[in-house]
Formats: sequence, C-alpha cells, structure tokens
Amino acid sequence: MKARVVVTLKSGVLDPQGKAIEGALKSLGVEGVASVRQGKVFDVELAGADASAAKAQLQAACEKLLANTVIENYQIDL
Amino acid sequence: MKSAVVVFPGSNRESDMARALTQATGCPPSMLWHADHELPAGTDLVVLPGGFSYGDYLRCGAIAGRAAIMDAVRAHAARGGLVLGVCNGFQILCESGLLPGVLMRNANLRFVCRMQHLRVERNDTAFTRQYAKGQTIEVCIAHGEGNYEADDATIERLEGEGLVAFRYCDSAGKVGGEANPNGSRNDIAGIYSDGRNVLGLMPHPENLIDALVGGTDGRGLFESLASAA
Repeated sequence: MKARVVVTLKSGVLDPQGKAIEGALKSLGVEGVASVRQGKVFDVELAGADASAAKAQLQAACEKLLANTVIENYQIDL
Repeated sequence: MKSAVVVFPGSNRESDMARALTQATGCPPSMLWHADHELPAGTDLVVLPGGFSYGDYLRCGAIAGRAAIMDAVRAHAARGGLVLGVCNGFQILCESGLLPGVLMRNANLRFVCRMQHLRVERNDTAFTRQYAKGQTIEVCIAHGEGNYEADDATIERLEGEGLVAFRYCDSAGKVGGEANPNGSRNDIAGIYSDGRNVLGLMPHPENLIDALVGGTDGRGLFESLASAA
C-alpha cells in the first residue's frame, strides 16, 4: 500500500525558507503570489493492505520522527 | 568528574570537546558511540558535541535524538545527572525531548561563523559557577540553524523559572538587536532543563580554552563542571 505524508509548519511559525522562495518568485516576475510556506512530502510504501492499521502506523511514524509537533503539523493520505 | 562524549555519524567537534574536558578535569572523557546502550558506570557528565549528525537529514538532530544511546542519556538526566549539548548537541537535546522548543533556520538564512558575546544569566548552576552573574563572555558560533523558537507558554515558563542560561549580547553586554545572530526568541543562546542539570547552547565554549587560539572565556564552563562533581 502506498501512502503520502505531508508535513507543514504550523501557522504562526516563522518560515525563513518560504519567505526567501516567495521573494525569489516575486523577483522572477511570477505574479499574484501572496505568500509561500515550505513543507515536506514523504512517500511511504507499507507492507500490509489494511488501511486502518496503516494509518495507525503512519501516525506513530509522524509522532515519533517525521514531524516535530512543536512546530509542525502532519497529514496522512492513503 | 567522570565525563563521556557521545559520537554520532557526522559529529565533528568531539575532539575539541574532549580537549576542553581533559584540560578542566584532568582526565580524558570516555568516547561513546551512538549505537551503545549504556553509559560507563559512574558517569557524572554526558556531552553531545557539535557537528552535523546524520548530515542534518530530516531536521537537525532529529535522527540522532532517537539513537539507541539517547535512552541511556534520558535516564541519566532523569536521575539528575549532568548533560551538556553544544550546537548540534543542543539541537539533539531539543529533538530528544530533553529540552523544550526547537532550533529553526537562522532568520537571515545564512550560516553564521564568527566570534560572539554572551551574557551569563545566572551563576548558581553546575555549568556556570566559575562565571559572575551578568558577566559578558566572548566565544564563537558556527551554525545555520540556531534560531531558538518555542510557543509563548514555553518562553514564558523559561523566563519565569530562570531557565535561560545565556543570551546573545554585544561586547558591552547589551543584549539583542544587532548582537542577535540568528533571530532567536528573546536572544536566547542556551537554556536549562527544569532541574538545571541539562544545558543546551548554540555557541562553542570548547573552542575558547586556549589563549593561543582566540581566548579562554569558554574555560569557565568546563572548570565549573569539573568542580561540580
């Protein structure tokens, strides 16, 4: 089973990398960009086929390692 | 004082740390590998040195913070044992849950490598007894992710309970403004755990122990530790 985990910064957390990308887009003449926030995507292949078990495993993976929940949120898509 | 330095894949300041500990305590530290499960019997102080553990993959200190040895380090800290984390070591302490908050990318996105003044916030801890309260010391910094962030409640608690160890200041001791190299909240350069037995800081006191190479303002920290146990 394939899953995608998206980790993003919580709102309110300063994101200097996103700000730099936002500035670069503006200097490239890409119009209409109000703001950019940078995050991470993890494509995970799971051995089992049970969706609820997979969700629980990925939740544990996020809590233990993939996200720092002090500053980041995560979303699991199966 | 029996000390131990943990080496992770990608650590690179362990020799500097060992030199500083040897100079202050009179005996070299044990060098531990990240995959070890136990500290040597009678260890008083565990040090997590600077570097780029696991190439800073995922987040700085994230993978090292979950290494096998860290369970032993957590148990040592829970017993009241002394733990020091410098630079990447500070990042590892935050990622492992031994200290609150997180070290984010420097606000100006630049890696900073320069001399830096710090204000010693209190001198009644095992790490700072040889300094004066409010003393300005000059050490060096070298990091790309030293911008300390935590939620408002955590910052309030750190400030209220006197858990800020060092703040960035200028040579006259004036905190903040241009003297803050990375955008750190409240100009925080280092913090203590609740019991003040765990210290994490971004600057490198271990590199300022010899007049031949820049100064000796870092010695006080190691001499404090040497006299602590």
